[in-house]
Formats: sequence, C-alpha cells, structure tokens
Amino acid sequence: MKALLDKSWTWSFAAALLVWLITITYTGGQGAGEILTAALSFATFTIIVGLGQMLVITSGPGNVDLSIPATMTLAGVVAMKVMDTDTSRMVVGIAAALGAAFIVGMFNYALIRILRIPPIIATLSSSFLVLSCAISYGRGIRIKPPPPLADFATARLWGIPISAVLVLALSIAIFFILRRTLYGRSLLAVGQNMRAAWLAGIRVDQTRFTTYVFSALLSGVCGILLSGFSGGAALNMGEEFLLASITVVVIGGTSVAGGRANVPGIWGAALFMYLLVTMLNTFGASAGLRLILTGLMIITVITLAGGEKQQR
Amino acid sequence: MLTRRHVRQALPFISLAVVLLATFYVQPRAMSYFGLNLMLQYAVPIALATIAQMFIITANDLDLSIGPFVGLVSCIGATFLTQSPLLGVFLLALLLVAYGLIGALVHLRSLPSIVVTLGLSFVWLGIAVLILPSPGGKAPVWLKALMGFSMPVVPLPIIAALVIGVVVHVTLMTSSYGVIARGAGGNDKALVRAGWSMLRTKVMLYMTAGFFGILSGLALLGLTTSGDAHVADRYTLYSIAGVILGGGEFIGGRVSPLGAVVGAITLALAGSFLIFLRISPDWQIGAQGAILIIVLALRALVSYGEARQ
Amino acid sequence: MTVETIVLDGVEKTFGAVRALQGVTLAVGAGECVGLVGHNGAGKSTLMHVLAGTLVPTAGQVLVGGVDVTAHWSPAAARAAGIRCVFQELSLCPNLTVAENVRVSHRALKGWGWKPRARKLIMDKLDGIFPGHGISADDEVADLAIGKRQMAEIARAFTVTDAPLKLVILDEPTSSLDAVTARQLLDFVKAEAVRGTSIILISHLLGEVLSTAGRIVVMKDGMSVVEKSGRDFTRDSLVKAMGSEARHAVRRAGQAASVAGVVLRAGGGSLTARKGEVIGLAGLAGHGQTRQLLSIFARKSAEVEGAMAFIAGDRQTDGIFNLWSIGQNISVRSLAAMRRMGLVDATAETALEEEWKTRMAIRTPDVNNNILTLSGGNQQKALFARALASDAKILLMDDPMRGVDIGTKQEVYAMIAAEAAAGRTFIWYTTEMDELQHCDRAYVFRNTEIVAELSGDALTEENVLQASFAEKAA
Repeated sequence: MKALLDKSWTWSFAAALLVWLITITYTGGQGAGEILTAALSFATFTIIVGLGQMLVITSGPGNVDLSIPATMTLAGVVAMKVMDTDTSRMVVGIAAALGAAFIVGMFNYALIRILRIPPIIATLSSSFLVLSCAISYGRGIRIKPPPPLADFATARLWGIPISAVLVLALSIAIFFILRRTLYGRSLLAVGQNMRAAWLAGIRVDQTRFTTYVFSALLSGVCGILLSGFSGGAALNMGEEFLLASITVVVIGGTSVAGGRANVPGIWGAALFMYLLVTMLNTFGASAGLRLILTGLMIITVITLAGGEKQQR
Repeated sequence: MLTRRHVRQALPFISLAVVLLATFYVQPRAMSYFGLNLMLQYAVPIALATIAQMFIITANDLDLSIGPFVGLVSCIGATFLTQSPLLGVFLLALLLVAYGLIGALVHLRSLPSIVVTLGLSFVWLGIAVLILPSPGGKAPVWLKALMGFSMPVVPLPIIAALVIGVVVHVTLMTSSYGVIARGAGGNDKALVRAGWSMLRTKVMLYMTAGFFGILSGLALLGLTTSGDAHVADRYTLYSIAGVILGGGEFIGGRVSPLGAVVGAITLALAGSFLIFLRISPDWQIGAQGAILIIVLALRALVSYGEARQ
Repeated sequence: MTVETIVLDGVEKTFGAVRALQGVTLAVGAGECVGLVGHNGAGKSTLMHVLAGTLVPTAGQVLVGGVDVTAHWSPAAARAAGIRCVFQELSLCPNLTVAENVRVSHRALKGWGWKPRARKLIMDKLDGIFPGHGISADDEVADLAIGKRQMAEIARAFTVTDAPLKLVILDEPTSSLDAVTARQLLDFVKAEAVRGTSIILISHLLGEVLSTAGRIVVMKDGMSVVEKSGRDFTRDSLVKAMGSEARHAVRRAGQAASVAGVVLRAGGGSLTARKGEVIGLAGLAGHGQTRQLLSIFARKSAEVEGAMAFIAGDRQTDGIFNLWSIGQNISVRSLAAMRRMGLVDATAETALEEEWKTRMAIRTPDVNNNILTLSGGNQQKALFARALASDAKILLMDDPMRGVDIGTKQEVYAMIAAEAAAGRTFIWYTTEMDELQHCDRAYVFRNTEIVAELSGDALTEENVLQASFAEKAA
C-alpha cells in the first residue's frame, strides 16, 4: 500500500507551512496561533466535502461530483427548517437532512447507471434540480440553528475546533476503509479499470453506488455543520465548495485518472488553500490580485507535483 | 440505410426542433423575425464558447476556465479595445498565446487539464476584476453594430450559428489536418508513431479554443455593450453541456461541431421557453437540469437499442 | 548478398536497471523476409521499436543504406527511410474511419481530394492482400471487429505515397486473424518480398515463421543467439534455440468424469460442463467464444453452480490493475473471503500472495513490486494465480495464452490438469489448435453458434477445421 503514502501529499503540507511562516514573519509573529485555529475551522468544511469528492474522483476517470454545493445547501435548508430552532428536534432534523442527501446520492448514481450519462453532466443536471428544491423549500427564510448545534460547530478545545478533531477521526476512518475494507479495495480497483474489476469478481455497481451516496452524505454533514457554524443556511452557502473540493483533492495528490486516493493530502491542501488566502489578506492584496495568485499557486503546485506518470 | 447511429447523430437536431416547436406552441409570437432574433441572440456567444470547449474536448481535456475567460475578453474589449484598439488587439493576442502555452504545459508535464484550467479560471477572473472592478466600460462601436446588424429575412443569430457550425465542421471534420487533431484524441500513441508532434497538435487545439473563446467574449460584449468580469461565469457549464448535448463524448476525440452549435442553441432556447411557460423562478434552474436529463435519457435509449442490435 | 537496406549495429537499450537489449546486430537486405522469434521478454518488441524510431537506443548504431543515422533517428526519420510497422498493440485511431487512418500515416495526403485518394489507396491494398475482406474505407475503426482492424492496419502499412516502402515490420500480425486471412497475409508477404520489399516477421506461431521466412533470427535475453537460413531450422530446433525444451503435449487422458454432476449449462443447454472437466471453445477467432464466456460470467442465460473466476487474455483492458503491486493483483479476487470483522486480514493476504508467487513461479524479487515490472508472460501468470487462488470452482479462460512464451504455457497446462483433477471446471476459449489437446471436450463455434461438440478421439485438428469451415448443411 505504498501508493497511499505516496510522497506527493507532502508537497501540500510543505506549501501550507511555508505560507504560514511567511505570514507570521510578515506580522512579526503576531496571531500565529489564531491564524492556525481559523485555518483549521474553515479547512474542516472543505475537508469533509473534499473526502467525498476524493472517493468519487478515485472511482475512475471522468468521475466527479458537481452536486456537492447543491446537496450542502439542501441539507442545510432541510436541517434548519425541520429543527426550527428547537433543540429537541435536532436529531430529527439531522436525520431528515442526511435522508435528503442520501436521496441525492441515489439519484446521481441512477442517472449515471440507468441513463448512462457521464458523471460530470449527471451530477451537474441533478445539482440544478436539487438547488431548485432547496430554493423552493427554503423560500428564502433564514432560520437560526438550535443553540447546541451552533455551540458544537463553533466549539474549541485549547484552540482546536472540536469539529476538526471529529473530521480527523473521519479522515483516519476513510484512510483505513480504503486500505483494508472490501469496499475500499473495490473502489481502487474500479477506479483503475472498471471492466477488469468486474471480471475480477468485484461488485462494480455496488461500489460506485456506495461512493456517490457516501459523497452526498458527506456533503450533507458539511451542510448541517456549516449552517450551525454560520448561524443558518443560505442558498449560496455551497458555492465556493465546488471548486474548493476539486482543488484540495487534486493538490492533495489523488490521481485524477482514478484508482489512487490520498487522504492526508486533502488536509495539507485544504490548510494550504486557506492559509494562502490569509497571507494575501495580510499583505493587503486586492481581490483581483488574490484571485490571480490563488490561481497561479494551483497551477504551480500541480506542475511541481507533476501529473500522472505515463505508462511507458 | 438508416441505422441507430444515424438516429443518434440526428438526436441533437431533433431535440432542437422539439424545444423550438414547444416554444412556438406556448408563445406563437416568438415565431417571427423579431421573436427569433430576441430569443437566439445570446446563442451566438454561447455557441462560440461551446466550440472553444469542443476543441479542448477533442484533445481529451476539459476547460473549466472558459467562462471566466469569456468574461475577461469582454472586460478587455470594453476598455482597452475601445480606448486604444492597438493595445486591445495586442492583449487579446497575448491571451491566445497564453492558451497555447497552457496546452504545451498540460502536454509536456502530462497534467490533468481540469486542475490547470481550474487554477486558470481564478487567474482570468482576477485579471478581469483588476481591469474592471465593477461592470462598466463601453463596447467598440463597430462591435455593437456587427452584433446588432439586421439581416434581411433570416435573423443574424441563425446565419451566424450556421456559418460557425459549417466553418468548424469543414476544418475539423473534413480537412486533412482536422483528421490529425481528432486522431490525437482517439489514439495519441498512434499519432506519435506516425511521426506527428503531439505537442504541436495540442498547442494548436488549445490556441483554436482560445481563438473561439475570444470571439465568444467579443460577441457577448457586442450584445451587452458593457464589460463585466462575471458576465459569463455560467458559460463553463453551458459549453460542456452544449458539447455533450450535441453528441460529443468526453474522451476518444469524438466530437461534432454542428451538433455542438445546435446543442448551444438548444440550451439558449430552453431559457426562453421556461420564461414563456411562466415557471416559478424557483424552478427555472431545476427545469434546465430536467431538460438536460431528458435529452440525455433519450440519447441513452437510442444508444441502448444500438448496442442491442 | 544484396545491399543491406538497414542495419542495427550493436544496439543496446536499458530501462532503468533492466537491460532489454544487450548489443544486438541485425542486418536486413532488400527483398528479404526475416523471421524473428524468441520468448516473451527476449527483446524482440524493444528491438523493433528501436528500428521504428519510437525508442532511442542507449548505445549502438542505426545504419540506413550504409549511412549512420543514429543521431537523427525518430519515427518521422524511420518513415522517410521507408520503414513501416504493424505493432502488437494496434495503432489505429478508433474514432477515425479507415481512410482517415491512412491519412494519419501519410503526410502527402492533404489538400483537395485527399479523401478519395486515401480511400483508393487503402481499398486497393486491402483487395490485394485480403480478397473478400468486407471492409469499407468509410467504416469507423471502432465499429470493426478486431480481426478486421488488424487487416486494415496491415494493409495501411503497405500503402505508398511520397515515402518509399523498403521494410515492413509485422509483430504478431496474425494474432487476431483467422486461418484463411492469415494464409492470405503470409502469401502476400512472400510475394511482396519477391517484389523487393524487406519484411521482418515476428510470430509465436513457429509454423508461420518456418514457412514464410528465408532467414530466422532467434533472440534470447536481449541478444540475438542464433541466425540461420529458414531451411536449416525445424520446429524442434527452433524451440531448442529459444532455450526451452520442446515437449510434445500429451493428449489428456479422456477423463472419466463418471458420476460427477453438471455444474454449468449455457446457451439453452447446448453447452454443459461437469465438475472436473476441461472444456475447450474452439473455432475461428472472434466467432462468439468470448461473448459466450462473458454471458456465462454474467450468469445471463446460463445456469451455473458455484463461484466463477475469469482469466483474461487481453491483459491491458480486461486483466491487470496498473497501479497495483503484483501481490494486490493476485489477491483482489480473494479479498471477500479474507475478511475478518469487515476488514481484510493483512496477514492472510500476504501469505496468499507469497504462496501463489511460488506456486506459479512468477519471476520477481518481490511481490510488492508494481505489476508492470513483470514481462507479459509473468503478468499472465499473476492473472492465473488470481483465479486459482480464489474460491472459484469454475474458471473461464479467454484465450489467455495470447503472446505467452512456450515455457510458461507448459507450466500453466500442467497446473490446469492438476486443478481439474482436484475438481475444478475449466471453460477454455483458445485460438491455438495445440491447446485443445489439453481439453476433455470441445465446442466448435461458427458465427456465434455452437456447430459441433467433439470429445475423445473425435477431438482432432481435422474435425475442428471441418466444423469451423463447413457450409451450413441443410
């Protein structure tokens, strides 16, 4: 399993560290801890959806989940509306939101499998439908999360966000799922060669179905947490996570061609992306310059980390 | 002999006819020179962006930056091109070179195009925001005149779409160099073995895509008359959907220029159709998704029959 | 001797630590047909890639017409020098038509009317080599069956525009051709040599090489070991030169499958298999045998008792997982059986990998090495190990010995016999007549249907050919 510990992920951590060091050198060491804490809390959300995106991308070339933002929004809206600021309805709300996310995942795979639509288009089309559902159901009303949910989403222990610790546990779990469970190994096999996987006795459909549902559920979790964190669901709350989820997966060293996943890389990449924006803000860069530099960084990192080594 | 392959190739055209007829049925007044002109005017920039995307897809890549790129072109057009045309043209030429360089980078380092163009989309947007922090500027007079030109009998957008489709069809589908370009998507190793340079082919494909991206931005500017960095953010998704609706495939160099243009027009029409139907704004975007799904479902049905034959 | 068209002088090629070629010298004269034989991994393909300009030699010289061209050697230079190749992996673009593929290999086909010219070029050649081929110049390659693709590619190699035609390399050209088209090709090759074109023929079918080549070069371990006139070789001496002992396959004793029950029934009962039987699927290549295997594997219109495993013949598309180690490639089929509390047992997995590395004699220092570090024959062994290590009772084999050296074949045949004796059932699609000798019974396919069932003494080459070619008797 050397593939999982491929050194490509060290890039992202090194880059994150470098950016952080530059920032605190510039500020003269001020706020070094706070920056890290903030980075952890914001990166957490990206990491949750990034893990889901990683599983989908690993399931083979052309697989990508573009419905993540819409699913997050739907889950957030459903959770807030069902809970209706009532603490006692929290569990019901979470269940309803995850149920909605589950349905989205099922729908995505149904489109891909039954209608044979390329995943990128399938998840794109379904995201339009899902977003409409969220808009129609939410009707623009902003409902606050129940206090315990808000407290949980923003809680910190010695400067470390509690949610980050839980997501770390989740990441470790996914790391082992990929290495040592039948599902994980099936996913890696399907990602490399779907036909060969089928002929090797792997349940391809079941594996891909699980993957899309897994991704949708993680989007759901992220939507609920983010609603708790930012005082309610918003219709555009998922927007930035579409590009972010893909970015962290790829910068983190997961193969876009499928079959090779990288969990630690997602952490490094998510921290790097957040710290980069922080650094540029600290320097007082304008919005345009910030965008340009962010873009150039993505291109530089992927160029340095290198692409797929071509077979022969 | 009419095979299912023919049916599948005809599908983009059938979908367009259905959407068009449905639109006329709901809103008979659309069936006029003026109505068609109005409904289809934005089809031209979308079709051009779709063609740009198609050239990238021919090389088995995907361009996630075409939307912001079109936005950037519209910003340059509304500022530099109006104030000092020479500088404007120079900047646009620079963008063309940039596209070629990106193609070379993607090829030489065998990078995933999705990620590179993802990063690039930030770069284009950033430059556009620097040029025009908020929507503004003015389109060159000649551009406005060109896009607002009234053709006799047939509305300009229809003529324009037809010309774009045919010109690209001839270059990519029937010319001898078009064969090489598509072959690059079908089997790049075979091309290298036959002594062709993949680097040159890929750079050419990317530059052609950049060229059509620039045309798309200028066409859009001629319609909106002022520049806006975010004006074409949706074009990335539209262009991908247009290529696929038009019968193209993501890998294997299987694309269809005429289909892509028709796909783009269908998407543009679908927007008007939904407005005519008076669908609640909440569901507009969802209905667009539904149309996409229905068309693709039909295609799957035809292909399924083809496989069974 | 005639003027030498092309000479490779002391060519060496290394891939990392692997020395694929260790100083090979090969000279080909005009109008000469040279047979090139050797085990998998002997370096034949590498040598041909050097000749074609797709690989740059680490050391040595390439001489064309006596001039050293090593410094500027490239695919384009090779083409200009009149060298054409038909490699084992087909190099047509599947999304283009046959005529468009001709354009890819001819720079001169451009400008007005290039397409009609391309059509005429390829159709004339196809008609000349494979009369009655049934291919149209406007067929998209992806729509052609693999045999027809190979025919189109071979014909394309012989088309001429501006560059001369001096030497054609045919690497396993008959691998997907049936007996008739293979014969047409070999006849054409002989005629073409008479017309002055040099040919290098690489084939595992020694009969083809012996009957066609004027001179035969035997390669072993990246070196050319013997080089003699074709007349001085016999099948046995050729095999001997390649370094493995010629062993005539012993006809498998018609195993009395006795009372053992039927474990498989397919094709509406026309195909059955009992426990412990080795069933051959014979007939011309591409007549529905693979499709039959796949439908059995999918349990579509087939009743199957017990688990199945599939052994692919097309390793790249159906078999190996490129990113994985040899061990992971072996264990993947058995992961479900090695679960403990939902997790795959790591110790059991390692044990299984090591056991099968030894049992199949896979030549590698470490099963944790990537699968691609193995030669083709050893990759195939890993695929056999994957199936044999599993709990499968029925093994489906899709012409798995394609491009595998004789030594490996003998080892695998023995393995199959032993496993069948232990109660496993094999359904074996094979394109090689010799392999039917290892089967208890065989079904002959023609036009996707079973036209004959042969067993015991009736299972002879003659009977199989009879059934494969017979016109439909009323």
